[in-house]
Amino acid sequence: MTATKELIEINDVVIRFAGDSGDGIQLIGNEFSLATSLMQNDLATFPDFPAEIRAPVGTLPGVSGFQIHFGSHEIHTPGDDCDVLVVMNAAALKKNIANLKKGGTIIANEDGFDAKNLRLAGYADDANPLESQVVEGFKLYIIPINKLIKEGLKSLGLGTKEQDRSKNMFVLGLICWMYDRSIHPIMDFIEKKFAKNPQIHDANVKALRIGYNYGDTAEIFVNRFEVKPAPMKLGTYRGITGNQAVAYGLVAASVKSGIPLFYGSYPITPASDILHELAKLKNFGAITFQAEDEIAAISSAIGASYGGSLGVTASSGPGIDLKSEAMGLAMMLELPLVIIDVQRAGPSTGMPTKTEQSDLLLAMFGRHGEAPVPVIAAQSPADCFEGIYEATRIAIEHMTPVIFLSDGYLSSSTEPWKFPLSENLREIKPKYALPKTADDQKYQPYKRDENLVREWALPGVHGFENRIGGIEKEDVTGNISYDPINHEKMVQIRAQKVANIAHHIPEQRLDSGSEKGKILVLGWGSTFGTIKTACDVIRSEGIEVSHAQLRYINPFPSNLGELLSGFEHVLIPENNSGQLAMLIRSRYMINTLSLNKIQGLPFTVSEITNKIKSILNPGK
Amino acid sequence: MKRTEILDFIKSEFHSEPFTAKELATDQDVRWCPGCGDYSILKQVQTVIPSLNIPREKIVFVSGIGCSSRFPYYLNTYGIHSIHGRAPAIATGLKTARPDLNVWIVTGDGDALSIGGNHFIHLLRRNVDVKVLLFNNEIYGLTKGQYSPTSTPGQITKSTPMGAVDHPFNPIALSLGADASFVARTMDRDPKHQQAVLMKAGEHTGTALVEIYQNCNVYNDGAFFIYTDKETKPLETIFVEHGQPLVFGENHDKGIALKDGKPMVVNMNEESFSINDLWVHDEHDAYKAFVLSRMFDDPSVENHFPRPFGVFYSHDRPTYNDQVHEQLAHAKTMYGEGDLDALIQGNQTWTVA
Ligand code: SF4
Repeated sequence: MTATKELIEINDVVIRFAGDSGDGIQLIGNEFSLATSLMQNDLATFPDFPAEIRAPVGTLPGVSGFQIHFGSHEIHTPGDDCDVLVVMNAAALKKNIANLKKGGTIIANEDGFDAKNLRLAGYADDANPLESQVVEGFKLYIIPINKLIKEGLKSLGLGTKEQDRSKNMFVLGLICWMYDRSIHPIMDFIEKKFAKNPQIHDANVKALRIGYNYGDTAEIFVNRFEVKPAPMKLGTYRGITGNQAVAYGLVAASVKSGIPLFYGSYPITPASDILHELAKLKNFGAITFQAEDEIAAISSAIGASYGGSLGVTASSGPGIDLKSEAMGLAMMLELPLVIIDVQRAGPSTGMPTKTEQSDLLLAMFGRHGEAPVPVIAAQSPADCFEGIYEATRIAIEHMTPVIFLSDGYLSSSTEPWKFPLSENLREIKPKYALPKTADDQKYQPYKRDENLVREWALPGVHGFENRIGGIEKEDVTGNISYDPINHEKMVQIRAQKVANIAHHIPEQRLDSGSEKGKILVLGWGSTFGTIKTACDVIRSEGIEVSHAQLRYINPFPSNLGELLSGFEHVLIPENNSGQLAMLIRSRYMINTLSLNKIQGLPFTVSEITNKIKSILNPGK
Repeated sequence: MKRTEILDFIKSEFHSEPFTAKELATDQDVRWCPGCGDYSILKQVQTVIPSLNIPREKIVFVSGIGCSSRFPYYLNTYGIHSIHGRAPAIATGLKTARPDLNVWIVTGDGDALSIGGNHFIHLLRRNVDVKVLLFNNEIYGLTKGQYSPTSTPGQITKSTPMGAVDHPFNPIALSLGADASFVARTMDRDPKHQQAVLMKAGEHTGTALVEIYQNCNVYNDGAFFIYTDKETKPLETIFVEHGQPLVFGENHDKGIALKDGKPMVVNMNEESFSINDLWVHDEHDAYKAFVLSRMFDDPSVENHFPRPFGVFYSHDRPTYNDQVHEQLAHAKTMYGEGDLDALIQGNQTWTVA
């Protein structure tokens, strides 16, 4: 009865895969995303990693999740609650059932609900949730996946353990069937991944096929769904995560500026993938240095920048704390340096695998003395490319350390990226001290141009020998100076230099809505997609709302104050207790309204729409 | 002008002429306390550097914080006066990014062994091709007289009014323990020896650690006089030289012999010993270097060993910076020069037409 099942067209769907961290959930999530991209749907994903590397099998802390939202229209968030929940065991059901929409679909692996799994998940022995009111009101498909796999892979002569490993492929095959995606790109992937292990290769391909065919033949499924291509902007796309985009953006800036990349880093979640990615790119001349600690990571980058390289370091909150003193040095030396903070839930160790936007004030002020540095935030996984490219451009052209803010959510989420051609990337123009002037003129390390930017002298040039350091220096010459008036002047010059960058960045524009009105939602960073979607929803209900998302936080775009003054209310949603709000209020002396969420999770669309409505209709 | 053009220019033209010690000095006033041991070290460095035949503009001095760390301001080379303890990390980045430069670190016992201890040992194990001048004055001078990680047990300082109870580091043993490829000790008051050791350090490829006993005449005056004063020096010091027997004493009549792997002081005036019985220094022998480094007794203990000076250990092994650049070159032969558009595009794309 092949292909006889009815194909129902839907506009979008949110699917959540959940299982034990050893079940290969992230892998099928990524492969399904790829298959979906190739169907030209727009999509957003949200991997939800367990905190422990390998929590005990079958337990709640061991549950790994991957949510994908795709559709035939623009998609900017991984979705709030899901339409379909795929669970490999009882713990996965328990942990995720609350996020399944009313009337949603559960696809459960029956073999993950035996007595042992029920006990591990904290269900009483004889109370199988699949047979209780827990699943009431949902569409339920119970499939004995382990058994089906065992039967289907019998001929391969694998052990039970190896057989069970390919059950994720069964699920992937089944979901591909349900949403009418080709499994060929996945087969290509398996081909590459298991090229050296034909037995495992065969098991995976087979399991994928069994899953796909199961949908077709099993009578429990009466229909499948079609999601038509989204009307995306014309062009060629690829999928990308935030951390990948950061790595590529750095290499792009290095290639375009002609300055080799030196990346000093110490492993930390969720920033390490940038290090892994760059370590593979040695043929671009990129040096990755895994330092002995966070301080050495940034210090080595400063040394490299002094030598004329593009020094970059990355970390997450705890590591950024440790780098503070060295950031002050870089700021004082006035060398290009990029500091990447992939924010995670703090304080202290906090929740390393969970996202937060709580380092904004740290980035702004987390150094002793008066040490302003530019701060730039990325707003989506793919936008990390442009964001880091801009951060790097500013660092090089303005001879300053720049902090780039990403976060846990952006770092590992995927979205389609209409990638640029390298020839269209903005030029980056370093300001070198040029050797030809060496004879006629002594090099003055702290002589400045009209933007207050000093010249970058590469060691090795005869006649430019100079000594710079963290001690206060005399204007122009850079000689040590304790002169009170000079110090005040230097503090002001360094601040003005950063402030001047406002003339070299684009003006703030609205993402949507009109220039004046009742309410502006002002976001920064990774809240972009959710705010954008929320504003679309509000507007679809006939209510006016405007949205602006800040990329440049220090300095603010020069028109920001004026833009804000066009609105009666400015609502600032943040995954912190109100840090941008504090900056906006003190800078523009306006009243702002806040929406704060500090749960290690991104906002949902409804949280934002509800807030907007409550502001506009306080009575209701 | 592009960076590559500047670097080509650096490679091709316009190198400084051979220069003298005098030309290596800057116009900055030297600000150490009068009588400080740092003056002698500055002088010896200014004397030795010109004979290394390295263009002045290729030299970078990197320092941290402390009295010694003012050093870069007094040398007309490139220089960074950085933050406390971090010079080894900064120098690692600099040398790795620019292996064509000749990089020196100037540090002190507090800077290198206390706040910067971690960077110090990792620099040594990686064998980054930089030279480390560790000014050891067994005190914190710049902060006005607290004990340091090399201060003697019992030392009375501002922060240890009843005497320090900390056990001190033995910097030579520490460096050998961290697998440094060149380890030496010298002292401020012996200019000749200092110059010879600095020269060898300068010629070594890999991290060269030179511990320099330096008198802080304000906060720890005389800490090393026992090794520098005419009367005590002959019996309290032993100058080791590669291929030479370990001899010391006023009349070169004492020596060190190795018995069952342990050193012992022998008197060659006694009939049972001759110079042929002595330990012959082999600076390539890591095991013996360890034994030598343990000759670190408190001079007030009876029958103590003399304190060794000279090159304890010197061994050629691949440098960190060379290996990093070999990998870069290898990656380029394997995959070709990086193609930015290919990277950005990746291997799975789709087109919306
Ligand atoms: S305090 Fe000691 S070490 Fe520092 S400059 Fe003065 S004498 Fe030299």
